Amino acid sequence: MGDHAPVTDWATDFDHTDDVWAADPYAIWSQLRETCPVAHTTRYGGAWLPTSYDDIASIAYDTERFTSRSVVMSEFRPPHALAPEGIAPPISSDPPFHKGSRRLLLPIFSPQAIDKLEPSTRAYCEELIDQMRGREIVDAAAEYAQHIPVRVIANMLGLPEADADRFRGFVNHVLEGVSLPLEKRAAGMMKLFEYLMVHIDDHIANPRDDLISFLLGSERDGEKLDPFQVVRTIALLLIAGIDTTWSAIGASLWHLAGNPADRERLVAERDLMPLAMEEFLRAYAPVTMARLVREDMDWNGCPMKAEEWVLLPFPAANRDPAAFADPDTVVIDREVNRHAAFGLGIHRCAGSHLARMELRVALEAWLDAFPSFELADPEAVRWSGGQVRGPRVLPVRVMSQP
Amino acid sequence: MKVHVDQDRCEGHGRCYATAPAVFAPDDIGNGHALGDGTVEAEHERRARLAVANCPELAISIDEPATTGDAR
Repeated sequence: MGDHAPVTDWATDFDHTDDVWAADPYAIWSQLRETCPVAHTTRYGGAWLPTSYDDIASIAYDTERFTSRSVVMSEFRPPHALAPEGIAPPISSDPPFHKGSRRLLLPIFSPQAIDKLEPSTRAYCEELIDQMRGREIVDAAAEYAQHIPVRVIANMLGLPEADADRFRGFVNHVLEGVSLPLEKRAAGMMKLFEYLMVHIDDHIANPRDDLISFLLGSERDGEKLDPFQVVRTIALLLIAGIDTTWSAIGASLWHLAGNPADRERLVAERDLMPLAMEEFLRAYAPVTMARLVREDMDWNGCPMKAEEWVLLPFPAANRDPAAFADPDTVVIDREVNRHAAFGLGIHRCAGSHLARMELRVALEAWLDAFPSFELADPEAVRWSGGQVRGPRVLPVRVMSQP
Repeated sequence: MKVHVDQDRCEGHGRCYATAPAVFAPDDIGNGHALGDGTVEAEHERRARLAVANCPELAISIDEPATTGDAR
């Protein structure tokens, strides 16, 4: 993908958009962990790649020396003038500003609030399944997984469901268009903000019961949020809520399609779902975050320069044998599973309770309808590269229940 | 035994109340709290220990009574 030269040396020239990475990043991380646990590249203006759980955790916790001013690695570094809130608060904010901006969102994404969205999410999953019934081969990523988070987040935010294709376009641009030249990338971001501003203006004129109106009515330090902060937070929720959950649902279905023993056991023992889900989240964690180095420093022997990137591959942390027994084996009843799929520290994914609900409901509805399914063509499966990894093409053969 | 969630460390992953709902509950921002004074009934001890083992932020501590000190 992208226009980058193929990688020949992962320790000194890595690129997370390379086709080899997209196909199987685990082999790359595993080899680096043993030979060069913090890799470097001069691409993207310089970037580092820690691969052990401990190093990834220690950088995630170190908000002094690593800033979240941007969390998506590309050629584009957002202007310092956007600090302290950054381009999409609170994910792009550092302490102390971060806390207040995150506090606004947490009650909306609390487990109690998310529970209320379960019936509509289930109904939507069943609707998607009904459209697939009667066919032998369906694409579990393109026809099922990808639609669920788009519908859920659109309804939550207060954006038209009919714009789903546009959302996916915006998200794809932000997350996968990282190799584009700076002007093109900036122009794409502007389109997203312009689209959202139209809807925010409409919500200012006609408030309703959704997240955009809620944020417009919210206060921070005794002052109403200005529409520009609201638009940036809405952009974050849209971008963070779609590809990530789509990837988690798709990767879990991919595993079950290729591992009949696990599928049969989960169908027979539905009580295992909570453990199985956490194991899928560990083994196939979709999200890698990024940070920027604040100032030149020596970090554990690595000469890090200000404005260099650091990738935080939480999926690599989850496969570190120093942190997990037999990390490359999926054990669907793994009981001790302190995985970092939703990050560590103050930037723990604010939507993790929503993501878990969507993943559980999507898997339950699928297994109810299709207790028996398999990969129709393993060679045809395609995984996304970049910082959010999941199957984008996933043909499966389904045997419907009568 | 008694459990305690350190609110300075808790980031609201929710693994404790998902693993041991008889021992932990979420507050309005999703952070975990020990129910009551944190005392764990014998029948819930196994789940409480699993909650400790699954907390990504290592935020939960266990207080073992000195008289029954065989931790695990």
